[in-house]
Amino acid sequence: MTAAPLFQLRGFGLRYPGQGRPALTGIELDLAQGERLALIGPSGSGKSTLARAIAGLSPPASTPEGGILWPGGPMRAGRDIGFVFQDPGGSLNPLLTIGAHLLEVLHRHGQLSRKAALARAEALLDQVHLPDPCAALQAYPHQFSGGQRQRIAIALAIAAGPRLLIADEATSALDTLVQAEIVALLRDLTGAAGMALIFVTHDIALAAGLADRIAVLEAGRLVDCGPAARVIATPQAAQTLALLAAHLDLASPRLVGDRP
Amino acid sequence: MSLLTVEGLRKTHPGARGGIALDDLSLTLAPGETLGLVGPSGCGKSSLARVLLRLDRPDAGSIRFEGQDWLALQGGALRRARGRMQMVFQDPGAAFHPRATVAGALADALRLHVPAPRKDWPGLIAARLDQVGLAPDLAPHPVATLSGGQRQRLAIARALVPNPKLIVLDEAVSALDTVTRGQILALLVRLQRQLGLALLVISHDLAVVRAVSHRIAVMQAGRIVETGPADQVLDRPQSEIARRLIAAVPQLPRTGDPP
Repeated sequence: MTAAPLFQLRGFGLRYPGQGRPALTGIELDLAQGERLALIGPSGSGKSTLARAIAGLSPPASTPEGGILWPGGPMRAGRDIGFVFQDPGGSLNPLLTIGAHLLEVLHRHGQLSRKAALARAEALLDQVHLPDPCAALQAYPHQFSGGQRQRIAIALAIAAGPRLLIADEATSALDTLVQAEIVALLRDLTGAAGMALIFVTHDIALAAGLADRIAVLEAGRLVDCGPAARVIATPQAAQTLALLAAHLDLASPRLVGDRP
Repeated sequence: MSLLTVEGLRKTHPGARGGIALDDLSLTLAPGETLGLVGPSGCGKSSLARVLLRLDRPDAGSIRFEGQDWLALQGGALRRARGRMQMVFQDPGAAFHPRATVAGALADALRLHVPAPRKDWPGLIAARLDQVGLAPDLAPHPVATLSGGQRQRLAIARALVPNPKLIVLDEAVSALDTVTRGQILALLVRLQRQLGLALLVISHDLAVVRAVSHRIAVMQAGRIVETGPADQVLDRPQSEIARRLIAAVPQLPRTGDPP
């Protein structure tokens, strides 16, 4: 017997006031517990809009259509759903220590004593492989590199023990070395650990390397969705083919030779 | 003869982590050549770009560009020479005045660099837009209404206005989606062939640099640790950082791969 899905999108759409075309339309999508799903598509395809809508973070002026079903009970952003954004700096208050950030989340969602909360905060920083977690609690965001700040943002997102972690272009602003480390961290934290993952990216190879399933968006519609290996090997939408054709790696044809 | 010769550049930033941004850095670029400069965040890539573009002064070292002592240029001579070395940055939104129109952005560059009568400007602007694949009827539109890819095309058009010999591109495609990125890279290669432009392509992404560069220089901690023809650096990396950058490129499983 398979466990009940975390959510089921049924004919889901979203419309912004004053815009002719809906931002999302007719989306049918389920997510299983502990499953890793990549949402991919070009800029403006609606992948971030969909990720935010699932987390309940759509702008108040927007109008949803269809529905999101929560078979295991509704999930709340911040507690049941953790969210990591592209710019880790934007998730952190420059005037607060890393410890203060974590204690705020832990106090809001738990009944821990201060001592227990501090121990938990240190354990979270250790879990995201931040060097010297004890010292980091006393430090401020600007004292960390971009990759380290993203690790801290991930620690904050998972502090309340969510069942779903959403990473919205969480590695796009990082260099490829740090990107690979953050992807490895997201892989370790999710899946077998019981936490589901929605990974939003425009990079189909990154999606294929991390996700169990890939959903391809184009102009607000879900045009292809399936196991990662199937989507890569037998793409079923023109958009998937375009993303595959645009992928650059070390086996792609070069556009120039060795001399001008 | 080389177009650009950089020797022994040093630059320290007081207070920055470690303090040393450029550490005895040397490189050369031939006319019409693309050199890809790759390295992790904080290795000094953007510090080098700023020094080359005369936005920042090095503590030591020399730069010769088109046979001139580039660091000695001042005032009007520097202003005129700047047309020969142009730049395109990562964030096409921040590179323009927030209320500029497409035509206005190019008119600013014409005013600075091209001694043409005003009545010729609409034709010059339309030609530049066409050259980078933008429809000339975009001219009256605000830059803010363009997509990221269109804005980066406009940034390239603006860089082309003074007929430069070298364009420095600092993470110019990093903020674009992969489909748009491919289109901009193809545009750069086409323009380079047509115009004989030299390009310095700065990126943390080895796959991007490899696709468009004749030669690759690998940078770490303010130094060039390895340089050579693109395939040589990729097939036989000499430095640990090059090996790590190669391993970090997300690879797609190929359909022809054995299972």
